[in-house]
Amino acid sequence: MTEILVQTPPVLQGPSEKERKYDRQLRLWAASGQAALESSNILLLNSGSGTVGVETLKNLVLPGIGSFTIADDAIVHDEDLGVNFFLDESSKGKSRAQCCTEFLVELNPEVNGSWWPKNPDDQRLEQLLEATQTPFTMILYALPIEPERLNIIQEYSRQHQTPLVAVHSAGFYSYFSVNLHGAFPIVDTHPDDTATADLRLLSPWPALLDFTKEMTRDIDNLDNHLHGHLPLVVILLHYLDLWKQGHDGAYPANYSEKVAFRNAVSDAMRRDIPEGGEENFEEAVAAVMKHVVPPQLPSSLKQVFDYQPSGSDDTKSGFWIIAEGVKQFYNRHGVLPVPGGLPDMKAQSEVYIKLQNLYKDKARQDAQEVLATVRGIAGGEDIDTAEVELFCTNARFIKLVNPADGRTVDLAQAVEQQLANDEIAALAGPEMPSTLIPIYLALTATSHQGVATAEQIVASIQDRVPAAAGNERVQKAAEEVARATGGELHNTSAVMGGMVAQEMIKIITKQYIPIENTCIFDGIESRCQVLRL
Amino acid sequence: MAATQNPAHVEPTNESARWRLLDQIRRNPGPFTDPSAADEESLANFEKMKILGAGGLGCEILKNLAMSHFRDIHVIDMDTIDISNLNRQFLFRKSDVGKYKAEVAARFVEQRVKGVKITAYNNRIQDFDETFYKQFQLVICGLDSIEARRWINAMLVSIAEDGSDDPDNIKPLVDGGTEGFKGQARVILPTITSCIECQLDMHAPRAAVPLCTIASIPRQPEHCVEWAHVIAWDEEKPFPQLDKDDPEHVTWLYKKALTRAQEFNIPGVTYSLTQGTIKNIIPAIASTNAIIAAACCNEAFKLATSAAPCLGFENNYMMYSGNDSIYTYTFKHEQKPDCPVCGKQSRPLEVDPSTTLQALLDSFAVRPEAQLKKPSVRAEGKTLYMQFPPSLEERTRPNLAKTLAELGLENRQEIVVTDPAFPLEFTFYLVFKS
Repeated sequence: MTEILVQTPPVLQGPSEKERKYDRQLRLWAASGQAALESSNILLLNSGSGTVGVETLKNLVLPGIGSFTIADDAIVHDEDLGVNFFLDESSKGKSRAQCCTEFLVELNPEVNGSWWPKNPDDQRLEQLLEATQTPFTMILYALPIEPERLNIIQEYSRQHQTPLVAVHSAGFYSYFSVNLHGAFPIVDTHPDDTATADLRLLSPWPALLDFTKEMTRDIDNLDNHLHGHLPLVVILLHYLDLWKQGHDGAYPANYSEKVAFRNAVSDAMRRDIPEGGEENFEEAVAAVMKHVVPPQLPSSLKQVFDYQPSGSDDTKSGFWIIAEGVKQFYNRHGVLPVPGGLPDMKAQSEVYIKLQNLYKDKARQDAQEVLATVRGIAGGEDIDTAEVELFCTNARFIKLVNPADGRTVDLAQAVEQQLANDEIAALAGPEMPSTLIPIYLALTATSHQGVATAEQIVASIQDRVPAAAGNERVQKAAEEVARATGGELHNTSAVMGGMVAQEMIKIITKQYIPIENTCIFDGIESRCQVLRL
Repeated sequence: MAATQNPAHVEPTNESARWRLLDQIRRNPGPFTDPSAADEESLANFEKMKILGAGGLGCEILKNLAMSHFRDIHVIDMDTIDISNLNRQFLFRKSDVGKYKAEVAARFVEQRVKGVKITAYNNRIQDFDETFYKQFQLVICGLDSIEARRWINAMLVSIAEDGSDDPDNIKPLVDGGTEGFKGQARVILPTITSCIECQLDMHAPRAAVPLCTIASIPRQPEHCVEWAHVIAWDEEKPFPQLDKDDPEHVTWLYKKALTRAQEFNIPGVTYSLTQGTIKNIIPAIASTNAIIAAACCNEAFKLATSAAPCLGFENNYMMYSGNDSIYTYTFKHEQKPDCPVCGKQSRPLEVDPSTTLQALLDSFAVRPEAQLKKPSVRAEGKTLYMQFPPSLEERTRPNLAKTLAELGLENRQEIVVTDPAFPLEFTFYLVFKS
């Protein structure tokens, strides 16, 4: 008899006001993600026409970050009112940082906002950084920016391992880059529901086999009702066992064997019944190709197992200790811990729940074994059970973003590669979108000074990347950037503000998978490209 | 502590200084721009444009349109503000809960962006007729239901068809929608490019849980909630009418679902899951809405000014996904020649001549290419069944029990189906199964 899970009596009163306000986002990142957001402290170093960073903050204040600071020494002019929504007539002549902060905090009374400089004579950014009590969780800066300021903020970010985001928006073009300083592992990646189940059909454990045998002992004489309610897991395990008996103990391995196995399952369906077929057998047939697979180590997890955290990586993080524990588990058993989920399938309620508990119990046992290993590793004594369980549940989908894998990206090489791809794409036809790297090159030519002629932009690109010389798309991108004279279009900056906020939320909550590491947006063709640069 | 000297009086804003960055783009064609975009005539036309926005992306859309220097903006939204809107609909405050969204949003943006005129309608889009929609040059919407999208699409296609001699009757429709970290933005040039009806299969209705699972073999917490919602509520009728927004009603369903779940040892029933299941709640966040609404308004701006090529004739659809890195797919969705709304051909309808008219009507609700819930149907020269008016309904009701053969319908015969949810006719021709 399987152990029936004891349910803690749930609280019967409805959600709190805060839960109601945040309901639509809690369904995405849950209370854990919300707590991470609420304890975050964000710095925006603003410059240029000043809109994209403020649009980003809007999308962070609404879901409820803890606090933010805007550093910006600009004074509001008429021109700001045509591009920045968080300013109005009364802002003119005042500090842009202050006015934007005041309008932004109106969006969510739970968020604290402040601005710098309080005194126009304070021009040293170091003063702000030194005076900050709680370290910044993330820093966002807008381009174009003065090189001295950029150095200060980069140095601070390096020292404090603070993730740093750069964003540049001009006319219809924009890009942003994320610098995470070292490897950034994500456990809670939220894979699609359809991908998550691991039924372990080809490596079942004894309790699961016993359960199957018990249910299928007399399968041919079961009455139609019971036969039509055998869960697909039981059906497949039963016929896999029969298959093995006829194939020297081997499971169906290649495609044609799987097709043959699928036919065998389909043939076992009863058709001489009023419905003409059985739903549970149809489900079983449909599950063969996806679930009759040998246990394997996904390459993303193998990368985690093989990785040697060092240098700027967070080597003390519990993640690496748990990873070591799971790796040892894998080496001992040749399989990963059972994740524990069971998708819905046709079955009687009681049978389904028993089966579900079998998976859950096994998952708990496996996690306990990993926990015991982890506790034996130096530094693993205090690791939380819940953290180990989360790792085990998500093991197959864990993602290591930004590993220090020796791949240093040389811009010139990356550009050559991209432009070469374009030539191949041109032969393939119009379906293959061309690279957006010319936009990145043109924008980065104006990183410190927004106003430039197309000739100046092209010259700067050629200095950095000789291979780009004479490229027509580079020329056009340069003309398009020159056209904007360093100014933002509100819509482009609003698109970018959404994307940057989305990425910052992923990094702060350590949920979903952030970009690696640069995203270029083309507002003319309405598309993006993500590149590691 | 004043960062700056607060001027005693505010200088009137210099309008040309204010819009300098936007005008820089409009007056200086780029390498991809049609040079006529910077003609004085084109520039002047933009100033007269009247644009309509609707739906759940309304806050973002109004902000972006006003900041794109559209001057005459109209907005339709029948909804009132709920506390769960405040995490993303950024023009609303806690004190606004219960007020009309269109009204509050319009007043806010008018206040913030001087010079823009915003007209609010606290209505359903279906409350207005062709004359109303004809006054706009462009419609941009982020509606949350597929029914509303199909309705506005059919209206704009019908305007384009009726006035095909005048290009002003082509009112581009820019449509956006989001779900969690994903979304889409698309541009439709009615009758010219693929319309929402052509793309209906991109919104396949979600498969429902079979009633027997809910009634007798629940396995998931959702099955228990559906049981409380569909069966227990009907049996016990604890309140005269179910209001899914009334916490007392939801709590009743939650407790019922929980009791049932405990009976079957099913874990996972929570208040939040109960509410999400009965209301079919779709997760929504500020950042995705910002991306999609701004992508839509960017297209509207390009359409209205020709400052750069827009989605439309070639690529017309952008899919966005932010779950795993960022991925966009921008492509051309092809127009369907047999689209019931914008196509020129009638579509085949495969039927058994021994089917009753009633069975045929019922099938329109579930056919993915039709999805009509209240169909009326007529054939050449005869009315087969009309839902309205009541007198006609009564007179045509006896036909429901008759088979198609008995009604004298023939193979290849055309039938016309209408539905109050759509301002257009669906034409099919019958293909009898042998």
